[in-house]
Amino acid sequence: MGVKSTIKFNNGVYINGFFSSVGKIEGEGPLGKYFDAVSEDALFGAKSWEQAENNLIKTTVSGAMTKAAVTPDEVDLLFAGDLLNQCTGSSFGLKYFDIPFFGLYGACSTFVESTALAAAMINAGYAKRVVAAASSHFCSSEKQYRFPLEYGGVRTPTSQWTVTGSGAVMLSDKGTGLKVTSMTVGKMVDMGVCDANNMGAAMAPAAADTIYRHFEETGKTPADYDCIVTGDLAAVGSELLIDLLSRKGLDISQKHMDTGSMIFDSQAQGTNAGGSGCGCVASVFCSYFVPKLAKKEIKKILVVATGALMSTTTAQLGEPIIGIAHGITVEI
Amino acid sequence: MDITKKQYDKMVKKASPPSKVIRDVIFAFLIGGAICTVGQIVNMCYGFYIQNQDDVSALTSMTMIFLGALLTGLNVYDDIAKYGGAGTLVPITGFANSIVSPAMEFRTEGYVLGVGANMFKIAGPVLVFGISTSVIYGVIYFFMR
Repeated sequence: MGVKSTIKFNNGVYINGFFSSVGKIEGEGPLGKYFDAVSEDALFGAKSWEQAENNLIKTTVSGAMTKAAVTPDEVDLLFAGDLLNQCTGSSFGLKYFDIPFFGLYGACSTFVESTALAAAMINAGYAKRVVAAASSHFCSSEKQYRFPLEYGGVRTPTSQWTVTGSGAVMLSDKGTGLKVTSMTVGKMVDMGVCDANNMGAAMAPAAADTIYRHFEETGKTPADYDCIVTGDLAAVGSELLIDLLSRKGLDISQKHMDTGSMIFDSQAQGTNAGGSGCGCVASVFCSYFVPKLAKKEIKKILVVATGALMSTTTAQLGEPIIGIAHGITVEI
Repeated sequence: MDITKKQYDKMVKKASPPSKVIRDVIFAFLIGGAICTVGQIVNMCYGFYIQNQDDVSALTSMTMIFLGALLTGLNVYDDIAKYGGAGTLVPITGFANSIVSPAMEFRTEGYVLGVGANMFKIAGPVLVFGISTSVIYGVIYFFMR
C-alpha cells in the first residue's frame, strides 16, 4: 500500500463562521429557508454575469468573516475558486479584502479542496485564521460552457443545472466544538465518460474511489457517520455511486445524501438530474449541514465534493471527462 | 476502479434516463406546426395586398425572422423551445433565435469583439455548410442543364 491519502487534523481546526448566498431559483427550492442570503436579482447588482459572480462570492466571504467576528486584516490566508476561465470570479470578487490569496480550480470539487487546504494550513501551524470559499453562477457558466441563455435548446434528462450560489467558511485554530478533522485527497479517475451532459456519471467513480479509500485508510465504517454527503452527483451519479461501492462491499445507501439532489425540486423546477457547480455543495454545506452540526442534530459527517475536470476544448477534442473527488470530515 | 470502462459504460447507460421521445416528438409537431401556421397566415395576409408571389414569400420570411428575434429579445423564445425542441429549432424563427441570443449574451463584451465576433457562434456552421452545399449544387446543376 502506498502513502495514505487521508490526513488527520489533530491540532484542532475550528469552523468559526460560515455563510451561504444563492440566486432566486435556489431560494425557491426545497432548501430555500436555510440560506443566509437569497438574491432576487440574477445580476447581483452588476452589469454582466461575470461581475455578478464577483459580487456573489464577495458577499459570501464577507458574510463568513462577519459571522466569525473578524475583519479582513485579521485573516492570514484566503483559498477560493470558481468555474470561470482563469478563475476570475474569485480573484476579481475578492481583491478588495487584501488577504493573501490562493486561487484554486477543482471544478465542482473546489469548495472541499479550498476548505481542506485551509484546514491543513491551520493544522500545520502556518496560519491562524483562513477563509475558504467557492462559487458558481448559472448564467456565467452557461455562457462559458454551453449556449447563450436565450438560445432555444433542449436539455437531456441526465444534464445538471449549475447552481447560482456560493459558500464560505472561516476556519481558525481556536474555537469550540465544530471541527474539520481530516481530509482525503482525491485522485483523478477516468472511466471514459465523454458526455458533458452526464457529469454525474463522469464523477461517480472518483467519489466511489475517495469514499472507499477513506474507509480503508481510517478503518471506519459508514456507521461511524451520520451522513455521507456528496456534491454534486445528482440523480444519475448518486445511483452509480451506491452501485459502485456496493460492488466493493461498502453499503452507504442509508447514510448517503447528495447536495445536487437536495437543492432543487427537479420535477417542479425543471432542473433534470439536479444541481451542480462549486456553489452547490458550498452553499448547501454552509446553510444546511454546518448549522445542523452546530445544533448537534448530527455529530459527524463525511463531505465528498466531486469535480469534472474538462474544458470546452477537451470536449471538442473528444477527450473523456476526468473525475476528481476530495473529502473532508466535520464533527462536533 | 475494479471494473473496466466497458462495464462502467453499461452501468451508466442503465442508470441514465432516456429522453422522452414520444412526448418530445408530439410537442415538436404541435409547436413547430403552430409556427408554420402563423407563417401561413402571414403569407395569406400579404397575398391579399401584393400580387407578386416572390415578394409575398420574402416578406413572410422577414416577418417570421422578426418575430423570432423579438420573442428572443423578450426572453420568451427559449421558454417555448423548452417544450418545442426541434419544432422551434427547424423553422426560420429558430435561426433568428440562434443569432440574436449570442448577440444579447455577448453584448457586455462590447459591440465589435462581443456582439460582432460571437453573433454567428451557433448559426456560423449552418451558414458555412449551407452555402457550401448550395455552391456544389449550383455547379452540378449548371453542367446537368
